[in-house]
Amino acid sequence: MVAMPLFTSKNMSRVIKELSIQSETVILDGKIIFSSEEKELGGFLKDLYKHTGINYGKFFKMDYLSKLGFLSSELLLKDVEEIKPETDEVALIFANTSSSLNTDIKYQKSMEDIPSPAVFVYTLPNIVIGEISIRNKFYGEHIFLVQAKYDKNILLKYADSLFETTATKYALVGWLELSPTENYNVQLMLCAKK
Amino acid sequence: MSTLNKELKEELKAKLIEQLNLEDFEVSDINDNDLLFGGEGLALDSIDALEIIVLLEKEYGIKLDDPKKGKEIMQSIQTLADFIERKR
Repeated sequence: MVAMPLFTSKNMSRVIKELSIQSETVILDGKIIFSSEEKELGGFLKDLYKHTGINYGKFFKMDYLSKLGFLSSELLLKDVEEIKPETDEVALIFANTSSSLNTDIKYQKSMEDIPSPAVFVYTLPNIVIGEISIRNKFYGEHIFLVQAKYDKNILLKYADSLFETTATKYALVGWLELSPTENYNVQLMLCAKK
Repeated sequence: MSTLNKELKEELKAKLIEQLNLEDFEVSDINDNDLLFGGEGLALDSIDALEIIVLLEKEYGIKLDDPKKGKEIMQSIQTLADFIERKR
């Protein structure tokens, strides 16, 4: 990783797309593109996966936080032809407040018997970054911050710094929250270097 | 082929689909001799291998004492079923 000043004063981010996922509803650039009657998170994510029309068997092995981030990235990157796979020009900058607690608690419960290795591998919030990177062959900058609340400006400033000091030309930036009680709130942007 | 072994193989296929979240597969999609790992067959990975070891212990009370034999034992549904029958 390249050492960089925190933060640049330059505004270098141009928001290309904005995505929100809350209360069984997906909004892209202000328009509802998907909603589901499924109240349970697992069912909702499965419905959304089917809606995207992608075929990626590894999706079903992911934990809920990774599924949320993975599907968000698929929706944001869809039809963005200037972003090619196998690149270090796309940064992933995520934050939330519950870290991977949703999965951590499941793993803790599994320890009462024989713990599950497949659950254990998701007991870090930044695993979602790995899943998106594997899918797209992204080799660029990445960070997952755990913060008290969503601060869009701080995350965009971080993107600005990457745009100024690294090979980064695009960034997925935003909030990827999943609470232990399965309340979720995704507020993600696809940004480009100005 | 014993009826017991045939039943065990069908049971193993269903358990693997459930335990490994193989939602793209039905029991009928998996042949007894399909490779479990590698580019063909089910294309399972190293975490799946650990889950199979857990499954053997949880569901059948069998511990894999010699990890070196894991590759041979977990080659296919057939080899897994044969191993379970031997250990029962």
